[in-house]
Amino acid sequence: MTKTPLLQARGLTKRFGGVVALGDFNVDVHPGEILGLIGPNGSGKTTFFNVVTGIYGIDAGKIAFDGADITGASPQAVYHAGIARTFQRSRLSLPLSIFDNIMIGNHKRLDQGLWFNLMRRKAFRRQFDESYRASRALVEVFEPRLADKLFEPVGNLPMIDRRRIEICRALINEPKLLLLDEPSAGMTHDETSELMNDILQVRDKHNRLTIVLVEHEMGVIERITDRCVVLNFGRKIAEGRYREVAADRQVQEAYLGAAA
Amino acid sequence: MAEADPQAAPRVAPKPRASLWPGVAALVVATAYLITLLAVERQQLIMGLLALAIVAFVAASWLGLLAPVIRSFAQRERALGALAILAVLAVAGYFREDHFVLLLLVTVLLYTVACLGLNIQFGYAGVLNFAGASFFGIGAYTSAVLNAHTVVPHLVVLLVGGLLAALIGSLLLLPVLRTRGHYAALVTIAFALLLKTFLEVNDVLGGPQGLQVRGMQVLGWSFNDNISIGGIELSFYMSYLALSMLLLVGAFILVLRLERSWIGLNLDAMRLDETAASCFGLNPARWKITAFTLGNFLIGIAGALFGMVGGFVAPNNYTFADSLILVSILLLGGIGSPWGVAVATVIVVVVPEKLQTIQEYRFLLYALLVIVVLLFRPEGLLPRPVRRYFPGWRQ
Repeated sequence: MTKTPLLQARGLTKRFGGVVALGDFNVDVHPGEILGLIGPNGSGKTTFFNVVTGIYGIDAGKIAFDGADITGASPQAVYHAGIARTFQRSRLSLPLSIFDNIMIGNHKRLDQGLWFNLMRRKAFRRQFDESYRASRALVEVFEPRLADKLFEPVGNLPMIDRRRIEICRALINEPKLLLLDEPSAGMTHDETSELMNDILQVRDKHNRLTIVLVEHEMGVIERITDRCVVLNFGRKIAEGRYREVAADRQVQEAYLGAAA
Repeated sequence: MAEADPQAAPRVAPKPRASLWPGVAALVVATAYLITLLAVERQQLIMGLLALAIVAFVAASWLGLLAPVIRSFAQRERALGALAILAVLAVAGYFREDHFVLLLLVTVLLYTVACLGLNIQFGYAGVLNFAGASFFGIGAYTSAVLNAHTVVPHLVVLLVGGLLAALIGSLLLLPVLRTRGHYAALVTIAFALLLKTFLEVNDVLGGPQGLQVRGMQVLGWSFNDNISIGGIELSFYMSYLALSMLLLVGAFILVLRLERSWIGLNLDAMRLDETAASCFGLNPARWKITAFTLGNFLIGIAGALFGMVGGFVAPNNYTFADSLILVSILLLGGIGSPWGVAVATVIVVVVPEKLQTIQEYRFLLYALLVIVVLLFRPEGLLPRPVRRYFPGWRQ
């Protein structure tokens, strides 16, 4: 690949006490690709997301995104740079409505001024109407049924709908890079494949949004990723097409244990 | 017109708008009840009336009579808000010569303003403020000092009281802005204790005896003179009541607009999940201090006016225990629910004043009330509805 990577991590290291959650990790994410990030539990996949999005500090290494250095940037700065994510354990605000949850993701497009919000109610109304149409259109791609329930609390919805809303929240402001942390967790096989189809459909509309996907469901990885990176104990042990990676001896040992 | 935007076309036939009448009926009943309660003096009768109210509330709740009332308040907010103002004026008009009752009503109005301030802080932003009474006191002391020693117009004094409370509050919160959890609560508890001690040992501010506060004068017209219009005598508290009502309406509109804006959404998102909100660009420190400052501003203004109404400020009126009462009003009414806060303030302020026999035990009563509410109606008397941006607006 000759294109410059959209996201580039070099020598990324994160320790928790004596545990090396991520050790000297290098990865390039190229524009337009879907990169799978796989590995056994505790291998550092979610840590990588948390480090990139600024939730955790970095002990060593560098991260560049879209030509800018985002090493040690705050979560707010990372969001504004154009990276959006979902969480492994759904982190929606359950008492809030679908619309509200999606609008949380739309933060940078909404006018946050005190004067605007309190005094200019007509202008606020226009922004509200615009946001309502945008969120409705996005939700309809995933599940038209939900579009009529935009003002119902998310807490009333089943898991698959919550996942959909979480992805809508990440997509509403058209990020350049989407980090999906185990979207299939807590869902059946069919629900997962339905969700993946929806994601691909949205992706086509968003001129080939770049995605990094953490997933345990290998069927999903095989079907939608262009490339895979395998982590074990915080270190990269393999990289390449799914079939190549799956055939890798080290990878098999990481998942199944070394042959006696 | 033929090419209507498909996005805008309604999918479901809109439900008919809620009727105005359940709300009107509830207001009339509440007004009549309040007038009766305030007029009656015999202790047994008052206890009977209170028992009746509890039974009626529980029964109405069981029979499903509360839901239509809440719906009509939610969807016909402007009309019912105007009627609620009229209801307060009707009660005040009935007791137009009764200083004691009018003072009680003014207290209710100003405490409601203060609790609306707490509601922004605790109900929306999740920042617990255990020094509500202290910020109220800062407002009141501002009135005492400025009215005695300066010629600052008294309406401006109210503003200064609010600004001073807001400023001191934000300085207090700055060091703990980056922390999570209940550090803010601890800092405010410390501040409440500290402020009382500071006032007690400070001779300039009158020490433990406190200070007199000169009554309000606007354009040469003194609020402390009784009013007589065409032979009708009105208590001087009537002018304070009118001003307090104006303040409350302003505060109410401010809080409702705040909740129904992107800022309200920010505050809710931050309270519910700070990490997730941060990942979507929200800066928790900014919104915590915004909410805390706005809330203290309201509390400070209410306190400044309350100082002028009472004519007297002393450290003992603004203790940690008083702050707890303000917080208990919030718990009782429903955290985040402005209407609930208003109802709860009436209960918490009026009941102990009318039931003289329990004066000594009023903290016990508050404690019991809060425990009972948390057990049986954990979201308060009037729970906060799901966020909406425009009253009556439907998809």
